[in-house]
Amino acid sequence: MNIHELRKLYLKQEKTTFCPGCGYEIFINCLLKAVEEMKKKLDDFNFVEGIGCSGWVASNYFKADNFHTTHGRPVAFATGVKLANPKLNVIVIGGDGDTASIGGNHLIHAARKNIPIAVFCLNNFLYGMTGGQAGPTTPINSKTSTTTEGNADIPFDLVKLVLGAGAKYVNRYPTAYPHLLVKGIKNMLSADGFRFMEIISQCPRQYGQRNQMRWASKMLLWQKEHFISKEKVRSLNDETLKDKIIFGEFQSLKEYLELLREG
Amino acid sequence: MERKISIEQTLCRGCNLCVEMCPKKVFEDGEEISPEGFKLKKVANPTKCTGCKLCELFCPGAINLKIEEKETPSYSPRLRLGRGGPPEARLARGGWRETKNPLTPGKYFWQGNKAVVEAALACGCRFFAGYPITPANEILEEMAKRMKVVDGVMVQAEDEIAAISMILGASWAGLKAITATSGPGFALMQENLSLADMTETPCVVVDVQRAGPSTGQPTRPGAMDMREVRYGSHGAIQRIVLYPESVQELYDLTIKAFNLSERFRTPVILLSDAYLAHLSESVEIKEKIDAFDRIYIPGEPPFGPTPDFSTPSMPRFGDGEFLSITGSTHDKLGARSTADSGIQEELISHLQNKIIKQKEELVDCEELFLNDAKIVVVAFGTVGRSAKWAVREARKRGKKVGFLRPRIVYPFPADKIKELSGKVRKFVVPEMNQGQMFYVVREKISREVVSLPQPNGQIIDPRRILKYLLGEGW
Ligand SMILES: Cc1ncc(C[n+]2csc(CCOP(=O)(O)OP(=O)(O)O)c2C)c(N)n1
Ligand code: SF4
Ligand code: SF4
Ligand code: SF4
Repeated sequence: MNIHELRKLYLKQEKTTFCPGCGYEIFINCLLKAVEEMKKKLDDFNFVEGIGCSGWVASNYFKADNFHTTHGRPVAFATGVKLANPKLNVIVIGGDGDTASIGGNHLIHAARKNIPIAVFCLNNFLYGMTGGQAGPTTPINSKTSTTTEGNADIPFDLVKLVLGAGAKYVNRYPTAYPHLLVKGIKNMLSADGFRFMEIISQCPRQYGQRNQMRWASKMLLWQKEHFISKEKVRSLNDETLKDKIIFGEFQSLKEYLELLREG
Repeated sequence: MERKISIEQTLCRGCNLCVEMCPKKVFEDGEEISPEGFKLKKVANPTKCTGCKLCELFCPGAINLKIEEKETPSYSPRLRLGRGGPPEARLARGGWRETKNPLTPGKYFWQGNKAVVEAALACGCRFFAGYPITPANEILEEMAKRMKVVDGVMVQAEDEIAAISMILGASWAGLKAITATSGPGFALMQENLSLADMTETPCVVVDVQRAGPSTGQPTRPGAMDMREVRYGSHGAIQRIVLYPESVQELYDLTIKAFNLSERFRTPVILLSDAYLAHLSESVEIKEKIDAFDRIYIPGEPPFGPTPDFSTPSMPRFGDGEFLSITGSTHDKLGARSTADSGIQEELISHLQNKIIKQKEELVDCEELFLNDAKIVVVAFGTVGRSAKWAVREARKRGKKVGFLRPRIVYPFPADKIKELSGKVRKFVVPEMNQGQMFYVVREKISREVVSLPQPNGQIIDPRRILKYLLGEGW
């Protein structure tokens, strides 16, 4: 089935309420494709979400069991679901504010305890739903509704954070490379134990508009400029590497730090 | 390879991604404009397409890309969605059942906290999550030992917010679940208790009260959360709250808490305090227990409103029902409705009425000497022990006093108090706080109600209550 058909089959309504160009649509497409390529059904999975635009992905649209919980807590809810019935395939979909700010504590502890759930963090660099305030992943100097002069705080590197907390499988992919996203999602769904995926996702409405990238395509081009695959990292000199963010799959903090040349 | 590309115009959002991202420039602006003011697209150069599939992955479903691949995979995704659960999910389940107590019947000498654990296990609870806090620690520690034996789950959570989240998750996965905490931890649970109200999720929360506010005196008893447990959550609807007075009652009311929680699909709060929790007394264990398990009827809507304010059917994850559980306002099937005032009103009314309509059944009081009493002492939980002794002594001295102790604190037995107020002159409410239930009693009647507060972290001395009843003041 193609994406058009998969969406007709698996989504409760064909037209979503995400803004035009929202990266969450790409995530939905890639997730459906990954499930299809794995010869699974969407309702083989049990979704748990927090509050935010990201919380609407599964809860509003997926024909599957889902629990739309409170802001920041989906990882804890998912832990309860999974431990109570280990046969369930439990997936968390959260925003960056959701998983890494208000819910940061649950994230690091679930990683430390290796709770067998897959956590997808849709990182749009700010709080989308509430109007574009700065969040834990807002890049330095970026403009948001609470940092109109540019953000001064250093953002979390979520891959480093979660690997540091003890996760054995972490990956990061930008929506600009949807085929890689599909691959990343498939690996997430088939890995064991605690898994974390950071999806770098464009938010043209709140982030793009404020940072001279009103069109989603412009944000994707920005992603292509600033993100580099871990395979290509080795060929870069230290100076060029400075402004780049690495994407790919990572199994240990040591490996990741070496790629960052911080090892 | 043959390729057919089309755009379903009603689904095009005009986001421009196809135009910009297709490496072969297959798409171009069309004539129509989307509601958001963007130009809808058209397929301009289909023959240039190389079949890279990027466009369909970027597009929110409008692009219909048909690429006939030589080998069509033998697998075709099963179109049968829903009701895909295991065969047992197609049978109704739940309701009352008589079950054998796993412990040998007889007398046990237990600490209060231990009694809670044993009762929970006896009625089938198999999930505990908690965070250390005095004076509830022994529940956590005992659960750690006992859950292993019964093949249940015990999680020491990273905080109380996680603990309540976990038990709600476990509840929807099909297990009876419990957590235990004290005032500071209970405060952290409020947001998700509100979610439990809204999503009609059964669970039991034990609040072992201590002297507050704040950290207060962690090892000293108090009844500081008497109002918080009922009114503390945003949009507080109804709560069922129980408060026992002895270790035996802690055991019995823990079972009752689970039964009520499962029947009404609502969180039930079991109050205890630092005194009861650490008091050791003998507990009589009977051979059989009446346990209620949540009712599931395949295909029934999982949420209210219900026609007669009854409790809706509760599926669990994996039953193939496409459960959609949300703390947002929702309809019977769980579909979110964040602006419809009618749905909001119906849902609130359901949550309120499914409990209130059964309020006769939710009256459980200990009553003494109410026939001729002119003064009635209304006491809750531990304070009941002191008050009962004082009332008996006062009667020996010829005072016409009576005693009322609601084991189910909320819904508050307002009818009972109202009925008494016809013949009683005065109600007195001794409490291990600065006067909380006093207000609840006073709100219901026009008789004189006197508060006897003692928020000093000490059990109320029975002689102090007696002195008051004999007219010596507080
Ligand atoms: C306890 C609590 N605090 C605040 C909010 C308000 N709130 C709703 S969504 C949101 C931010 C969402 O941002 P993020 O998690 O990054 O998700 P996004 O909307 O960007 O997908 C906030 C703060 C809330 N719902 N609950
Ligand atoms: S606000 Fe941003 S994240 Fe939310 S739907 Fe719009 S584009 Fe997507
Ligand atoms: S990607 Fe889809 S929604 Fe966006 S403009 Fe093209 S056809 Fe329309
Ligand atoms: S499949 Fe590739 S080449 Fe063909 S229209 Fe889509 S993006 Fe363009």
